[in-house]
Amino acid sequence: MVAQPTVSFEQQLVAHRDYLLKFARLQLRNESWAEDAVSETLLAALNKPQGFANRSQLKTWLVGILKHKVIDVFRHNARTVAIDAHAEGTAAEDLLDGWVFRADGHFAQPPADWGNPEQDLQSQQFMAILEACTEKMPPAMGRVFLMREWLELSSEEICNEMGLSSTNLYVTLHRARLRLRECLELNWFGGRSGSR
Amino acid sequence: MLFMPTCKEAAALLIASEDRLISIPDRLKVRLHMMACKTCPNFERQLLTMRSAMRQWRNYASDETENSG
Repeated sequence: MVAQPTVSFEQQLVAHRDYLLKFARLQLRNESWAEDAVSETLLAALNKPQGFANRSQLKTWLVGILKHKVIDVFRHNARTVAIDAHAEGTAAEDLLDGWVFRADGHFAQPPADWGNPEQDLQSQQFMAILEACTEKMPPAMGRVFLMREWLELSSEEICNEMGLSSTNLYVTLHRARLRLRECLELNWFGGRSGSR
Repeated sequence: MLFMPTCKEAAALLIASEDRLISIPDRLKVRLHMMACKTCPNFERQLLTMRSAMRQWRNYASDETENSG
């Protein structure tokens, strides 16, 4: 019998390295932390292949491990994360508020009707825009935003784990969400009408 | 009206409720504002769209979507 040319489990794992690294970088905003988290993810997967036995999607399983490793990295570096967040949070008031709202508290530019874009939201192009908008956030802002939206930690968990004050966290998340809205309006919802 | 928050305040409360439970008086303020305001309902719908977008992205990131074609 001729041996079947099979792709080993190890090779399958390594093939996902770049994919995992993309999300680790986006969340951690630190190259060596991201490398560490991904290496630990692959090591954990190699050491416990039976964990994958009853799963259908290798990627789903790996991303699940990565999220735990990323939280570990944040815990180990909580001090640095808190210092970064404090430095960014106390920086001069974000210019965005002054741009979005007039002095009398009205919107400078009324928010547009984005329609019901459920289908659009599943497209690869939209995902790319969403990732680019998140990547453009300053590091500490991007971190806490994705702690909420990717790691799905509660606000309390983020404050406790990272030693952030709740005021600091809420100010940062407020800015992050306003920015994301501006970025999507500018790069997706606003630009669409002409091209369709 | 003395009680009526501005769009900026109403928007801030709407954003805040994405990340924490806002107080009942604050919720009332937002609702009253939304009834009188023509622009903020769009803002609220945008926040809902963003919430849905982030959910889609989470699924996409962990490859849980069915559209593998």
